[in-house]
This record gives sequence, structure tokens and C-alpha cells, in this order.
Amino acid sequence: MSQLDTPVLELRNVTKTYSVKQGLFGKPKPLTAINDVSLKLARGEVLGLVGESGCGKSTLAKILLGLEAPTSGQVLVDGQALGGQDRLALARRIQPIFQDPYSSLNPRKNIYDIIALPLRVHSIGDEVSRQKSVREILDIVGLPARVMNSYPSQMSGGQRQRVAIARALIMKPEIVICDEPTSALDVSVQSQILNLLNELRQEFGLTYLFISHNLAVIEHLATRVAVMYLGRIVEEASVEGLFEAARHPYSDALLKSVLTPDPSLGIPDTHLGMTYPNPIAPPDGCHFHPRCPLATDLCQTQRPTPVFDAAGRIECHLHNP
Amino acid sequence: MCQNTSSQDKPILSIKNLTIDIPTSAGTLHAVRGISLDLKRGETLCIVGESGSGKSLTSLALMGLLGKRIVPRADRMEFDGIELTTANARTMRKLRGARMAMIFQEPMTSLNPAYTIGDQLMEALTLHGGTSRKKARARAIELLEKVGITAAESRLSQYPHQLSGGLRQRVMIAMALMCEPELIIADEPTTALDVTIQAQILRLLADLQREMNMAMILITHDLGVVARIADKVAVMYAGELVETGPVSEIFTAPSHPYTRGLLRCIPLPGKTKRGSVLGTIPGIVPSLVGDVEGCAFRTRCEHAVAACRGSIPLHTSPEGTHSFRCIFHPESLQTEAAQPTGISV
Repeated sequence: MSQLDTPVLELRNVTKTYSVKQGLFGKPKPLTAINDVSLKLARGEVLGLVGESGCGKSTLAKILLGLEAPTSGQVLVDGQALGGQDRLALARRIQPIFQDPYSSLNPRKNIYDIIALPLRVHSIGDEVSRQKSVREILDIVGLPARVMNSYPSQMSGGQRQRVAIARALIMKPEIVICDEPTSALDVSVQSQILNLLNELRQEFGLTYLFISHNLAVIEHLATRVAVMYLGRIVEEASVEGLFEAARHPYSDALLKSVLTPDPSLGIPDTHLGMTYPNPIAPPDGCHFHPRCPLATDLCQTQRPTPVFDAAGRIECHLHNP
Repeated sequence: MCQNTSSQDKPILSIKNLTIDIPTSAGTLHAVRGISLDLKRGETLCIVGESGSGKSLTSLALMGLLGKRIVPRADRMEFDGIELTTANARTMRKLRGARMAMIFQEPMTSLNPAYTIGDQLMEALTLHGGTSRKKARARAIELLEKVGITAAESRLSQYPHQLSGGLRQRVMIAMALMCEPELIIADEPTTALDVTIQAQILRLLADLQREMNMAMILITHDLGVVARIADKVAVMYAGELVETGPVSEIFTAPSHPYTRGLLRCIPLPGKTKRGSVLGTIPGIVPSLVGDVEGCAFRTRCEHAVAACRGSIPLHTSPEGTHSFRCIFHPESLQTEAAQPTGISV
């Protein structure tokens, strides 16, 4: 039973601070990219992570992949601290799929070498068995075996993203971090990749952290959604909960700005204002208050504390009992 | 130069049979194959299509920015009565920026990093109008305010790298509007931006367009954007316009199999079941090098038959506004068409 209860991936009060110099002789200032984030991923679920650029989504992905160490807090895989595990062991369990298949594949290696590299790094099997594994995985992601000798430049965007998926899955990981996996692709190819990711999840029991700014895609694939603003998770809820009744004014504005293909509707007014706050000098009180249409005096001075309830998690004075 | 701008009904832009061939080492690449379209003042046309379908080349041809090696051919490519295919460099320079302007996709790369925002904004006006720097400066401030940039005056002395992506895109829009153009071409103006900012930029464009009665061509592959902003839609595939029509008809009664396929590919909130298998268009865009015969979509079309290799008729609605290029009649494919897209009106 404990296997099921322990989240496969957990973040406990993770904070990541960078030191940023402004100007040539400027004093370094701290930039808090991730601010006290706690998240749990249960086995087999798809957690959607949404938010504007600069909110810390990609930093979070890097921390989960072990590419960046958190300044404070803990990352746990199966209840074990990430720091205690070595990089190779971790790479067997967590793999990334990045946004841009044009720059995430080495242009000087052929497809076979790209996909087989993790096997070589981990010294799994010999050349013959690796060949076999690569053939199998190519078949799974829907590419013909003959592409093994091609180079990334000879493939289309959709094919390259399939290669990136094959490379990520050849180690049979449990967790896949998808950082905007379809936003560089054409509409007709996007749906193929989304279908493939969904299919693979069911077939191999994968757990996804799905980062995207396309909320229609998140709504389609995710089981749970976390909304991030200036390094903090401001709301977390089931996908139904969030899309049917978002509670945080920021989540609400995000949902309003989604352009569904309905010609009878005009362009929505989000009332959000243009300016995304400077993360080096975040606003006092609730970070969202300068853009919030419902902000009160309290919001300007006091930071809301997170509230956990049946629906999930919310960090907003309006929902503080 | 002809100045009969008063007539509202006459299209400001009229293209007939625009063809762009690009010589490559492998043969001639037929990038744009016989495009015809008309655009009136105050109208918004969205051109939709996959990468490589010729959307951007079409707009570059209109602006006369294809370069020396590529020469577009057309029976007619008129902007307010001026034939663009035969116009000399001087005429084009006079039009570009002044009467027709372009907003490019990448605000990060299309602003010059070595000049201030102010210099870049004022350049068009001082070049075209012979306006004094003082007046140009006032106009630049006015436009920056119009596109919703606060502290506009102080922005003039800033460099592009000091601004965020959303702000840079606003500067690009302000720059395009400096000379009050009559036609504005926006190539994926919001693709690089966050959804929240996308909505604001599109609102802004739509408002300004209405206010100034401009004609606008918006190139995008985001069908959500198309549905919300377009008056007319042109769907491009492999260098051809496969379907054109009023936005409501394109979304409720798409006729070409490619248009219908595209609409099935996107998850519709509240309509598509969560986690269900999305529609796809299998296969890839064919090579346009060498001779292209028949319907270019036939390799990916579920209805393809032998006749698709032959010449493809253009069906036009009785009103003449909605047309598509397919050997099938709309009725024979319609029943199955309206279902999966499932958009209520």
C-alpha cells in the first residue's frame, strides 16, 4: 500500500534564488525564481503547470531534472531525497522532453546515436541489443526504422519531436517532464504528438509533469493543474475544478484569455494590464495585487497564506476563511 | 499617383493568380501557386496554413521584400490601383512603411538592437513625410500611449533589450502605425507571446484597425485567433488557397477536407472529451519542387480518389464569398463535416 501512497515525485518547500547583477558595476541582487513551492505527483497522473513566461515554470523543471539544485527545500523521488541519489540513477527515472525539437537534438549525430546515447551512458546491453531497443522504441513512437541513419536536419518538426520522445522513453523512465512539447509544432502535427503522449502514458503507466501555456492542451491532457505566478503556486486543483470554477483571480484571467475557436465570440478583455512585475523587486503583499481587479487594501500589505481544502490549494485573501 | 481613396467598395488590395517560383539546386520550388484574393478597407483577412505553405512568402511579395532572386508573377497585384509587380524600387519604397506596413513575428529579432526605440519609431516618419524630428517625436509618444505603453516618453531613449517581449511587440505595432498605413500585414504577431498578452495585443490591433479603417492581413496558425478576429479566412495548403470564405462559414461549414481536418485537430474546451484521441492529418506536406499536379492535399486526404490527380475545380457559393478547391461537391462531404468540429453558433 505504501507504494501507492508515497508520491512518485514530491517538492517540499523548494526555493530557488539566483543572484542577478544589474549593469556592469551593479550590486548583485537576489531573484527568487521559485518561492516555497510544494507539489506532489501521484503515480500515473498528469500534472499541468501553467503560468506566464518568467513565472518559474522552466526553473522548476530544471530542479526536478536535477539540472539545478534548489537553494532550500527538498525534492523527493519515491520518498527519497534527490540529493542522496546519484545523477545516473535519477536519469533512469526522470526524463525530459523539451519544447524545441530543432535545437534539442544534436545536429551532428544521426537518429540512432541520439536515441541510443542514454543506453551507452548507462552501459545497458551491447550494440546488438541496443539496435533492437532503438528499433522497438522507433516503432512505438511511430517512426520507420529507416530513419535511424538520418540526421535531425532531414526530418520535419513532428518527426524530430517523436525522436525526442523516443530518446526520453528508451530508459523506461517513470516520470517525464514535458516542457512545452508541442508549442513549436503545426496544428496538425500537434494533435499527433498529444495523442502519442497520451497513448504512451496509458501503455507504460507514465507520470507527466506537463508545462504549457496552451490551456486548451492542458485541459485536454492533465488530471490536475497547478497555476504559477512569480515563483509561487497560487492555485492547485483538479482539471475539472479549475476549468469549471477557477478560484484565484489570476487563474480566472488566464482561462478568460484562452481563445477558443468560436467565431461568435470577440476578443476577451482580461483586465490584467500589460506589466508583468519585475521578479527582482516583486510587489509587496500578494504578488498579484497590482494586476488584480479584486484587490483590497489587505492585498497590498499582507501576503496571503496558502489554504488547503478538498478542492486543492489556493493562495488568495478572498478565499481565506 | 491615384488617390481615389473615397470609394469604400473597391478593394484596396486585389491579387489575381499570384505565383512565386524559387529556383533551387534541385529544381524550381513552386512555393506559391496561383493565389487570388481581394481585401477592402476595414476588413480583416486571416491566412491560415502549416509552415511552408507559402503564407509568409505571399506577404513578403506584397511588400516587395522577396529579394532580387525571387520574382513574383501575377495577373494582377494591385494596391489601391498601383500594380505592385511592375512597380519600381522607388515606388515600393514610397508605399512601404507609409501606406502599407508590416508587423513581423519575432519582436526579439526584428527590432534593431543598436538603435533606441525612439530612433526606430521616428525613422519611418522622417523618411516618408519629411516631418521634423520634433513632430515625429510627438507622434511616437502619441502612438506608444495608444498601444498602451506607460511612461512613453522615457521609453523613447530605451533600447530593445530593455523591454519585455510584450512591450517589444507593442513597439512593433506602434512602428507599423506611425504613418497611418491603409494596409497592415501582421505575420504571427502574437505567437511568441503569453496568452494573457496575446489577448490584449489582438484587442489592440482590432481596435486600432477599426478606428483607422485599415485593411489587415493576419497570418497565423492559431485557429482560436482566427475565429475571434477575422472577417474573412483564407486557408493555404502547399502554396495554394484551398478554401476562402467568411469566418462564420469556415468554422461552421468547412468545405475543403484540409480545413475540416485542421478543425478536428484542436481540442475544444467543453466539446472535446478530456483525454480522448484528437483528430489528426496523417502524412506530411508534399515537396513542391518540380511539377505539382492535381490536388496537393490528396496524399493526406481520406477522400482521395484517382481523379484528384487531374485538374481540380473551384466551387464558389452563389453569393461568391465562399469558395474551395476540391473535386467533390460540398454536399457529398458535408454531413460528416459539421459533426466533429461541433462549434455552436
